[in-house]
Amino acid sequence: MDIVILGLPLYYYIAMVAKVLGAFVFVLLTVAYATYAERKIIGHMQVRIGPNRVGPMGLLQPIADGLKLFFKEEIIPSNASTFAFLIAPLIALVPAFLTFAAIPFGSTIDVMGYKIPLQIAGYYDTALGKVFDLNVGVLYILAMSSLGVYGIVLAGWASNSKYSLLGGLRSSAQMVSYELAAGLAIIPVFMLVGSLSMQEIVKAQEGFKWFIWSNPMTFVAGVVFYICALAEVNRTPFDLPEAESELVSGFCTEYSSMKYAMFFMAEYANLVTVSAITTTLFLGGWDGPLVGQIPGLSVVYFVIKVYFLMFVSMWIRATVPRYRYDQLMTLGWKRLLPLTLVLIVLTGLAGHFGFYTFFG
Amino acid sequence: MPNPFTPIIQGMKITLGHLFKKPITLMYPEEKPKVAERFRGLHALKVSHSKAKCVACYLCPTVCPAKCITVEAGEDANHDKFAAKYEIDMLRCIFCGYCVEACPVDALKMTGEFELANYRREDFIYSKERLLEKK
Repeated sequence: MDIVILGLPLYYYIAMVAKVLGAFVFVLLTVAYATYAERKIIGHMQVRIGPNRVGPMGLLQPIADGLKLFFKEEIIPSNASTFAFLIAPLIALVPAFLTFAAIPFGSTIDVMGYKIPLQIAGYYDTALGKVFDLNVGVLYILAMSSLGVYGIVLAGWASNSKYSLLGGLRSSAQMVSYELAAGLAIIPVFMLVGSLSMQEIVKAQEGFKWFIWSNPMTFVAGVVFYICALAEVNRTPFDLPEAESELVSGFCTEYSSMKYAMFFMAEYANLVTVSAITTTLFLGGWDGPLVGQIPGLSVVYFVIKVYFLMFVSMWIRATVPRYRYDQLMTLGWKRLLPLTLVLIVLTGLAGHFGFYTFFG
Repeated sequence: MPNPFTPIIQGMKITLGHLFKKPITLMYPEEKPKVAERFRGLHALKVSHSKAKCVACYLCPTVCPAKCITVEAGEDANHDKFAAKYEIDMLRCIFCGYCVEACPVDALKMTGEFELANYRREDFIYSKERLLEKK
């Protein structure tokens, strides 16, 4: 095709739309079935069975839940700021999907003679023969995850209820504290790769040199990042804002039907996103055996790794009791933050004395 | 200093082990639980020589903590005392078994039936005919 729009050929736009549809549908289906998988997995870990009545083995359960929430009555408190009230669930949900634009979910595939990198914000330049993508990929991802906090604050504030406000503030304080530690925990990765671009980070881990085991500093950084990421999505041991009096005090108290459903979809969508980020940065992204030979295999490896990390988060949820709020803040500020600073210094020293080469 | 990681890892090993064990859930309407022999379920009035053994001594309404038994005595063909009206209100009954312990003539027992749900309030008041044990 010879049509060129804004300096890029038409196939680029077609490929981008196809990738966006693919990633969006994948995340939505994963979110719907993550609710089912979580109930089943946590059920079996507690020596009971999860849902098994709706459809064979309970597989239609998410559809039943969705329909139930859809038919519930919409209640909007009369003194609530309507616009902010309506928009808060969207602000909580949308950044989780936006973050997917920078995550490479596969290697470059060849379609009808054109090479397409399996990353929404990625482009293969035929003249230079290399893949260009967002060169501040990780910074974009951190920025998008910070946007999710606005949704929670707005939800708590716009509900015009003291309890919602306090719940929302607590939750946003938790998210902000752990974002700091998460952002600092991934710095050793950039120091070793030399670039913020996600494609470069995955390429540096090719051939099973994944950061989770190649280097003791990045191993600790990976564990710290995963824990901080779980705290940021209000998950597992850190889910005080959503479980404290089982939502009676919490930012989503005044929400009904679909808006409530969006908050809970936002939690699972954030979990998928955060698992995807952790696999790209620490588990080698789409890397795996025989990736070069078989075209679609890289996507399969990526999906397996993301689902494995989601399983680990459900496993932790079934095992560990909840942190009290002050224990949570102590962990974030007094233990994980100094630990990440120490990791950065150690990585710097190790590179200076020649233990690891710094690319670029 | 106590290690924060070891307990979590040990706990996670246990949960993972549970993932592969068979669940102990009973699929209720299809599988029913087996109750013990002395399980205190629905009452039954024992019968001997084709009439209820109950002599209307009023011991069971007296001992009942929930005051759910109603007895009215009457005279039968042999001029013996018998219970003309014997009612237990299952909505008030707490299934403690004191009535069975109190009965001097061993006329009352509790069966293993626990599925007592009903649609109307009247259906919960079990009269003498409904309480007679099934032979």
